Amino acid sequence: MKYRSLWIRTAIIVAIFLGGIYLVFGPRRVPNGSDFTWQGIKNNLAENVHLGLDLKGGSHLVMRVQVEKYLKTLTENDREAALNAAKEAKDADNNPLPVVDASSVAENGTYQVNLNVSDPSKNQEVIDAVTKRVDFRDWNQSSSGNTISWNLSTQAQTKLSSSAVDQALKIIEGRINKFGVTEPTLQRQGSADLHQILLQMPGVEDPERVKNLIGSESHLYLMKTADNSDPGKPFPTKEAAVQALGGSIPPNRIVLPLTERDSANKQPQQNQQPDKWLILETPPIVDGSELRDALPSSRTGSDYNIEFHLKPAGAQAFGEWTGKNIGKYLAIVLNDEVKSAPVIKGQIFDTGQIEGKFTKESAEDLALTLKSGALPAPIEYTEERTVGPSLGADSIRAGVEASLGGLALVVVFMLFYYRGAGVNAVLALVLNMILTIAALIVIGSTLTLPGIAGLILGIGMAVDSNVLIFERIREEIRLGIGIAESIKLGFERAFVTIIDTHVTTIISSLILYVTGSGPIRGFAVTLILGLLINLFTAVFVSRTIFNWELARNPDMQRLSI
Amino acid sequence: MFNLFQNIHIDWLGKRRVFIGISILIMLAGLVSAVGRQLTPGGTDAFNLGVDFKGGSVVTVKFRQMPADEDIRAALTNVGIHDAVLQSSTNRPDEMLIRIPLLENTTEGVEVTAEQNAAQVQRGRLTVKQALDTFGPEAEGQNTLDTAPNAAYKIIGTDSVGAIAGSQLRNQAVTATLLGCIGILLFIAFRYDWTYAAGAVIAVFHDVLMVLAFFSVFQWEVNLTVIAAILTIVGFSVNDSIVIFDRIRENLALHRTDSLFKITNDSINQTLSRTVITAGLVILSVLSLVLFGGEVLRSFSLALLVGLTLGCYSTIAIASPIAIWWQDKLGEAEVKDTLAPQRKENMASASRRSVTRRPVTR
Repeated sequence: MKYRSLWIRTAIIVAIFLGGIYLVFGPRRVPNGSDFTWQGIKNNLAENVHLGLDLKGGSHLVMRVQVEKYLKTLTENDREAALNAAKEAKDADNNPLPVVDASSVAENGTYQVNLNVSDPSKNQEVIDAVTKRVDFRDWNQSSSGNTISWNLSTQAQTKLSSSAVDQALKIIEGRINKFGVTEPTLQRQGSADLHQILLQMPGVEDPERVKNLIGSESHLYLMKTADNSDPGKPFPTKEAAVQALGGSIPPNRIVLPLTERDSANKQPQQNQQPDKWLILETPPIVDGSELRDALPSSRTGSDYNIEFHLKPAGAQAFGEWTGKNIGKYLAIVLNDEVKSAPVIKGQIFDTGQIEGKFTKESAEDLALTLKSGALPAPIEYTEERTVGPSLGADSIRAGVEASLGGLALVVVFMLFYYRGAGVNAVLALVLNMILTIAALIVIGSTLTLPGIAGLILGIGMAVDSNVLIFERIREEIRLGIGIAESIKLGFERAFVTIIDTHVTTIISSLILYVTGSGPIRGFAVTLILGLLINLFTAVFVSRTIFNWELARNPDMQRLSI
Repeated sequence: MFNLFQNIHIDWLGKRRVFIGISILIMLAGLVSAVGRQLTPGGTDAFNLGVDFKGGSVVTVKFRQMPADEDIRAALTNVGIHDAVLQSSTNRPDEMLIRIPLLENTTEGVEVTAEQNAAQVQRGRLTVKQALDTFGPEAEGQNTLDTAPNAAYKIIGTDSVGAIAGSQLRNQAVTATLLGCIGILLFIAFRYDWTYAAGAVIAVFHDVLMVLAFFSVFQWEVNLTVIAAILTIVGFSVNDSIVIFDRIRENLALHRTDSLFKITNDSINQTLSRTVITAGLVILSVLSLVLFGGEVLRSFSLALLVGLTLGCYSTIAIASPIAIWWQDKLGEAEVKDTLAPQRKENMASASRRSVTRRPVTR
């Protein structure tokens, strides 16, 4: 009977041990003899454990935020807004203001908005009307004759550019984090007027995809298809559509191609002109800034769609509009292409779908870029290289050697001080390390120096658990209780302590994991894994070995401890 | 059977004033160092922050014959740069990125003008050049390694870099650790008693502050790895405290007539062999990392060495005395409470609920 439970315990241990070994030594192929040589072990670990930037290196990308494009867009948007504001406003006698048109300059460091008026005496009224609606606080205002100008000072340009770079930094960070790149480093590089960002990320399988993802722009608009444009019978060319509008595109209309092609592959296909065109009404009903969430979805498993959810305000506007326009066509516009133009069958509030026959990857990337918000300006890559570990290969070698030395010291001491029981402890420790590494491989966590600190603490607490148990057994033996009873009591009493220390540390690590990011999470993950595994190895495994000794020699008078 | 520390009867709690005095002295030294350095005009900062926290420059160097990392680091140390990060460029094996911290003392957060920035980068370049000249002359000006046959290397790029770990990460680390401490506080209070929880958490703060004091006094470089070390120290300190608390709880149940004062001393003494063995092993391992782990890991290993040693000390010298001191205060309160008959019943049930709480007699 005694043996039966022992055999079960042993079988559990052996099964878990073999499982751990299998996971460490490559589930992708059959382990062979060379895997158990020193070099083989090193190669296997290097292959299967994801190492972070500090331990292994990765890609080094320097990118530049094209702030001049940001300022240009800003200038043009302000020009339109100023013109609209001036045209919609009335003077004191309720007559329209004498605004003719607007122009803007955006080159060579000059960013200027000009409003042309036909009656200079009303200039102040125009200025008041415009500045009430458009934020020109950072701009220098001047008026001469028939022209009112707003000019962006150099200082304001620097300030706006700098905030654009900061914003880009945040968005890029969000994108790479959501993509699952673990612990990248992202920082500004070079002097402020270079507008450069340095990204270093640990080895990812497909760096090109990450590069595209970071730089890509995704704009989503929900628009109304113009009444004279039937998605069932689209125009064959852009010119035909313009012709239908009477030769020129009015300001509240836009002509866009209708395409169901996967647009994530931004390979230029200049020679292949789209052959379906639609006329849409501007402004859009809802734009991408109203998105609450976007995720890829697929019914068949091959053609992917992107499901989106709107924020309350956007959903309100969309619901109102769809309620009023049942039977009309909606246009879902992604990156200046109409992805689909469904007929509105009923009121829709906050959920919709972009149907586009996307691949799984492109649907994921599009959803991600839609969700993370738009970059303030396009970015370009200025430098690209792959780099070695940021801690330096020499320091890592020294660190590994020193740690192994420390570990050897622990093993020697345990064997010397606890004799037979020391073997238990060492076995439990080896099993603990194998299982922790296996667990890291299974969850695919990236190991960095803070992670190693977590491992060190885990191993330290594993050694401590053994010391606690052994010292307690010794105490019980000194009290003159029999060997078997001493082992039983020693484990029982030490177990209370071990549970308390482990649960406390696991609770605080969980809090670190939830509230922290990057390095702090890396620490928490390895520590939690190490401690959970230790509860098994230090208590269950070590106890089983003692029980075997007892079962073989029930009347044991001396225990090697 | 070897036995260390059997039948020890040291009056640890009797020496608590000495222990607490020593701790306060070291913390004061740290405070004086931090504040003093900050206030001295032109002096160093409170902490010697590394590239991770403060930013610095990256110098990209192309070598004709790539020297060993150790040699480059030694050359840089000779010109006074101790905390350089060497990052090889794996797709261009003859190039090396050398990150060095800011050379002048610039306070973080203050906008640096473009000129100051350029001057900083230029100084960084010159210092690196001075160090690398030990390997041979640089191909200067328009020359490349091809056109200058005598040159050993060429600096092909110099850039300033911002901090990797800005104030955001630092604040986050502090917040996460504080929240973690609240978790520890609640759990120990649930398993033991509020007084013990307070003792353990105050000991944690003690350890972290002491480590920071050491870093300020000795001006060891504070980089990202120190955050990892501090998280480790917190875990170890709590672990140690709980082991002793657990013994106190057990002894309280066994020896109902003894005073808490005696029981705590006994508990520390009974677990002393375990404390010494565990702490000794951990500290020896970390010592091996300090001695042989290399320059880059020095901050990490020094923080661990100081913190783990203190974690062990603070359990005996700080956590237990504070728990006992507080219980003592509560005990006095309970004695007063028992004079009020209508509340007597409540008190009785309260002390039954918590086996650890009882009046202290000395």
